[in-house]
Amino acid sequence: MSSTPKSLFEKVWERHIVEDESADRPAVLYIDLHLVHEVTSPQAFSELEARGLKVRRPDRTFATLDHSIPTLGPDAEGNRPYFTPQAKAQVETLERNTAAHGVKLFGWGSENRGVVHVIGPEMGLTQPGYTVVCGDSHTSTHGAFGCIAFGIGTSEVGHVLATQCLAQRKPKTMRITVNGELKPGVSGKDVALAIIQRLGFGGGTGYALEYTGPVIEALDMEGRMTVCNLSIEAGARCGMIAPDQKTVEWLRGRAYVPADYDAAAAEWLKLKTDDGAVFDDEIVIDGSVIEPMATWGTTPDQGGAISKGVPVASNENEVKALNYMGLHGGDSRSVAKVDVVFIGSCTNGRLADLRAAADILRGRKVAEGVRMLVVPGSEQVRIDAVAEGLDKVFTDAGAEWRLPGCSMCIAMNGDFVAPGQLAVSTSNRNFEGRQGPGSRTVLASPATAAASAIAGHVVDPRDYLQSA
Amino acid sequence: MSNQEPINTFSSRIAVLPEANIDTDQIIPARFLTTTTKAGLGDVAFNDWRYNADGSKKADFILNTIDASEHRVLVGGDNFGCGSSREHAPWALTDFGFKAVISTNIADIFKSNSLKNGLLPIVVTPEIHEKLLKNPQQRVTIDLEANSLTLEDGTVFTFAIEAFARQCLLEGVDAMGWILNRLPSIESYEQKTGKAA
Ligand code: SF4
Repeated sequence: MSSTPKSLFEKVWERHIVEDESADRPAVLYIDLHLVHEVTSPQAFSELEARGLKVRRPDRTFATLDHSIPTLGPDAEGNRPYFTPQAKAQVETLERNTAAHGVKLFGWGSENRGVVHVIGPEMGLTQPGYTVVCGDSHTSTHGAFGCIAFGIGTSEVGHVLATQCLAQRKPKTMRITVNGELKPGVSGKDVALAIIQRLGFGGGTGYALEYTGPVIEALDMEGRMTVCNLSIEAGARCGMIAPDQKTVEWLRGRAYVPADYDAAAAEWLKLKTDDGAVFDDEIVIDGSVIEPMATWGTTPDQGGAISKGVPVASNENEVKALNYMGLHGGDSRSVAKVDVVFIGSCTNGRLADLRAAADILRGRKVAEGVRMLVVPGSEQVRIDAVAEGLDKVFTDAGAEWRLPGCSMCIAMNGDFVAPGQLAVSTSNRNFEGRQGPGSRTVLASPATAAASAIAGHVVDPRDYLQSA
Repeated sequence: MSNQEPINTFSSRIAVLPEANIDTDQIIPARFLTTTTKAGLGDVAFNDWRYNADGSKKADFILNTIDASEHRVLVGGDNFGCGSSREHAPWALTDFGFKAVISTNIADIFKSNSLKNGLLPIVVTPEIHEKLLKNPQQRVTIDLEANSLTLEDGTVFTFAIEAFARQCLLEGVDAMGWILNRLPSIESYEQKTGKAA
C-alpha cells in the first residue's frame, strides 16, 4: 500500500489514458462528455463529412444554442430577431448537423437550452471524475465537480466527434489554497478575481489548477463554478475542486445522473488529492483579506479592491489600459459614470447569482441613464427565477429581463455596449472591445454589478446590503 | 481538410505588434465568428485595430503597411493569444499570410490551435524578444528541422516545440488521420472501463 501519493488531477487523468504519452507521442485521452455549440462546431462537422465519418459517440455529445442567438423573443409570426443572417444560418447549421449525426440538441423550445457551461452541470451531464471538453475556453467551469474540463479548438472538436479522444500532453499542476474565512459580502467572483490578480494574466499557462482550502470548501457549488470558470483568465488549462458532500447533494436528482446514485456518489467522494502529493507549483492565499473586487484595466488580472480606488499605473501596459478605460489613477471608483450593467454569462448567470443581484435591487431603482440587462444562464435558471419573482424585482428596478444566452458577455448576438460606454459586467473578459467595438468593461460580482447599477458608478456592494 | 503543407525552413521579414497581452478578441473580434467556413478570415484579422469605424484602413497600422507575402512572421508583445478557444484566430492569421508567431509566452489553446493549422508558435526569451522588437525591420530565418530561429544579427535561438506537433508540421501529418488510427485502442479502453456504447 505504498503507492506514490497522487493529486486529484493525476487520478482523473490516469483513468482516461487510452495510450500513454512518450517523448515523441502525446497521450490519447478519453473524453467522457463533449459539449457543442453553434459557433465553434460547423467547420468540425464539415471535416467529418468530408471524410465520410459519423459522430462516434452521440450518447456522449450534447449541443445547445447560446453564443450568437437573440435574447429577445420571436415576433408574432414566430421570427426570431437574429442579429445577422449569418447568425441565423449558423444556428440552422447546428440544427442540421445534430439531426444528421443523431446528437441531442437543447435548441429552441427546449426547457434545457442555455449557456453550455450552465446546462452541463444543471442536467447532471457533468459528473465528478469526468473529462469534459467543449469548443469554448470557459469549459474549465465544470472543474468545480472534480472534472478535468478544458476548452479546445475546432480541429479538436472534430477529433472528439470522430473518436471521442484527444491527443494531449499532461500539463503541470498547481495547487491554490485559499485559507481563512471570507468577510460577509465577499463572493466567489471576488475570490476568483483576487486569485487571477495574484497569478497574473498568463501566470497559469501550461498548468492544471486545483483549488482547495477552507474558503473553497465553504463556497456553494455556484461559487465554485465561478472560481473554476475564471481559471482560463489566468491562462490555465483547467481548474478543479475535489467533490464533497455539497457536490453530491447539488447533483442529486438531476436528469442525467447515474441510476444508482448513492453508489456513484460514494466513488466520487474518493476523488481527492492524497496527503503528500507533489505539485509543480503551490500558492497560498489569505481569503480573509479579500474584499469586493472590480477590474480597472483591460485584462482580468488588472483589478483590485473597490475600496482602494483606481491604482496609479506602474508600467506602460497599465497606462495604456487606464487610457482605454478612461480612468485616472488615484481616483475613487465613484468618479467614472457607469452606462451599462450586465448580469449573466457562464461565470455568473446562475440562480444564486441572480438572487444575489435581486437582493440588492429589491425595492430600488437603477440610476438614471444606466441601462441594465439581466440574462439568465439557462431556461431552467429563467424558469426558477420567474417562480421566485426575481424577474419582477429586476423589471421593477428598471432593468431588462431577457431570454437565456451569452448575450453581452461576447456581444455577437446584437446585445452590446456602445463605443466608449463603461459597463459593469458579471462576465469574464474585459478585453478591449469584448462587449462591442470600443466598449469598456469592468468585471465584478453580481452584487457589485447590482449595487453599481443603483449608484451609477462602481461601488462596494456591502453598503447596499439589505436585510431580507 | 486539415492536411497542412509541410513547413521546413523559411526566411521572412517580421511584422511587430509590440502590445502585451494580445488576446483572441483583438486577433478576430467575436462578431466575425458567425461564419460556417474558414475562408477569407484574413480580411478581418485584427479588424478593430486595422479599420476605422467607416471601414477605411488605418494608414499607420502595421498590417496595412506591409506586403503579406514578404512578412510571414508575426512578433507580438509579451503573452500572446490569450482568451478564447476560437480557432478562427489562427485561421485569420494564416489566411493573412503568417507562418509563425513569436512572443515570450503563448497561450495554451491558441498554441495548440496554431500547430494544427501550419502556424508555428515560437516562445522566446525576453532577450531575444527585445532584439526582435528593437529591429522591427529585420529578416529572420526559421528552421524547423533544427528548431532554430536566426535573427539578422546572426543570433541563433533554439526554440522548444512539442515533438509530435513538430513531426506533423515537418511531414504534413494529418492529426485527424492519426487519431482515427488509434480506434482499436480506443475501443479496448471503452470495453475495459465499461464505457462502450
Ligand atoms: S457566457 Fe461568455 S464566456 Fe460563457 S460560454 Fe458564453 S460567450 Fe463564452
